[in-house]
Amino acid sequence: MDAVLDNLDTYREGFVTTLELSVLSSVLALVGGTLLAAMRVSPVPTLRAAGATYVELVRNTPLTVVFFFVVFVLPQLDILLPYFAFAVIALTVYHAAFFCEAVRSGINAVGVGQAEAARSIGLTFGQSLRLVVLPQAFRTVIPPLINVVIALIKNSSIAAAFGVVELTATGTRLANANGDAVIAVLVGVAVCYLVLTLPSGWLAGRLERRVAVAR
Amino acid sequence: MSEAVLYDAVGPRGRRRILLGSIAGVLGVAAVVGVAVARLAAKGSFDPELWRVLTEGAVQRLIGRGLVATLRAAVVAMVLAMAVGAVLAVGRLSRRAWVARLAGAWVELFRGLPLLLLILFLFLALPAVGITISVFWALVAGLTLYNGAVIGEIFRAGILSLPRGQTEAAYAIGLRRGQTLRLILVPQAVRRMLPALISQLVTLLKDTSLGFVIGYAELLRNGRTAVEFLGGRYSIPIYTAIAVVYIVVNASLSLLARWLDRRTRRRFGQTVRPSAADEAA
Repeated sequence: MDAVLDNLDTYREGFVTTLELSVLSSVLALVGGTLLAAMRVSPVPTLRAAGATYVELVRNTPLTVVFFFVVFVLPQLDILLPYFAFAVIALTVYHAAFFCEAVRSGINAVGVGQAEAARSIGLTFGQSLRLVVLPQAFRTVIPPLINVVIALIKNSSIAAAFGVVELTATGTRLANANGDAVIAVLVGVAVCYLVLTLPSGWLAGRLERRVAVAR
Repeated sequence: MSEAVLYDAVGPRGRRRILLGSIAGVLGVAAVVGVAVARLAAKGSFDPELWRVLTEGAVQRLIGRGLVATLRAAVVAMVLAMAVGAVLAVGRLSRRAWVARLAGAWVELFRGLPLLLLILFLFLALPAVGITISVFWALVAGLTLYNGAVIGEIFRAGILSLPRGQTEAAYAIGLRRGQTLRLILVPQAVRRMLPALISQLVTLLKDTSLGFVIGYAELLRNGRTAVEFLGGRYSIPIYTAIAVVYIVVNASLSLLARWLDRRTRRRFGQTVRPSAADEAA
């Protein structure tokens, strides 16, 4: 227990890094995912194909392999960034595909009549997507989006293996330094993650029930 | 909603615009790729000698052994996770409140933790209390704890997706609760959840790559070993090969899941859809 209490500052640093990593990657991946979803429903065949290929490739690649490419191959292109930035890139590239799928399922859940009505009053594709479909899609899609964010928070732990000192890396370092209190140290890390993931999960569940009633 | 509802059939002017836009887009992507390729080429990354390393028997054997190790961990973990998932699903559906709550808390706990942390926990904490665990079992146990919780939820969703009349009819002909579950609900639910289950297997297979962190010699670790042995110049050919192996295996499983999903939908109406979040983590 002392090992945890003595190192609260170290925990806080790790916690903040995990938070920064997650928030930054979530925002970027959400923007990327929404663009990908728009590409996948657009009337332009090349855009549809490009979006679908991206999602298929990323979905079937482990995040660790994405990290490998970012961390070991980008430097070969003379792109040298701090590990934190590499981690943000890897997390964004990977999760954009899943944000895209969540948004797309939301678009598909909007009634057919909505899009037909939008078209029949003469809105273009961009207008009907922006003004009619997406605003409704985002409401039903908020719970799945929160769930993808939770997945991203958990996946950010993989950055620990690639030089970013976030929560998990903090945990292994403290565990190595305090051989007699490994369990207490790691339980402390687990609690930090649960503080982030459990409330978000409950929020998503509540919103989901609300939306289900509203429909 | 099918996506084609979002726009009208494109007229001649629209088609021309799309064509021009597509050409511009392709040129744009080609420019970015071109710059990357030029930079790589300047460093000699496309030297045929570099890529020829993939035809060497030793490298192929290393990658092959890695794939076998990956599949072995995935299959063992999948079987165990399904057993855990079945127990959790039955537990959460139990009419004894404390059993349901206990199973629910278990699911929440293990779904809320990063898989990597679970694996590290088993790998670092068990030896601290005097239990020795091999890297294989640390990986498999971690995968089982995490995926057991996710698969339990898939099972539960499958059973809950069945019409209530099924349970009521079973009770009406005098079956007990256990019998209802075993004889009526599970056989029907299995069909509905099979696609989601296979898609979870893809996720599990991807997650075996975390074994890399604790030093389990799976596909990715073996790739890294090859690069460390041959030198950093070989990172692009080797990692590309590794990625291709993962994508081929996983994409075939995904295709199988989608085919099953379509077929089941046609014949039995409804399936449990895998969520994007479960596929991501």
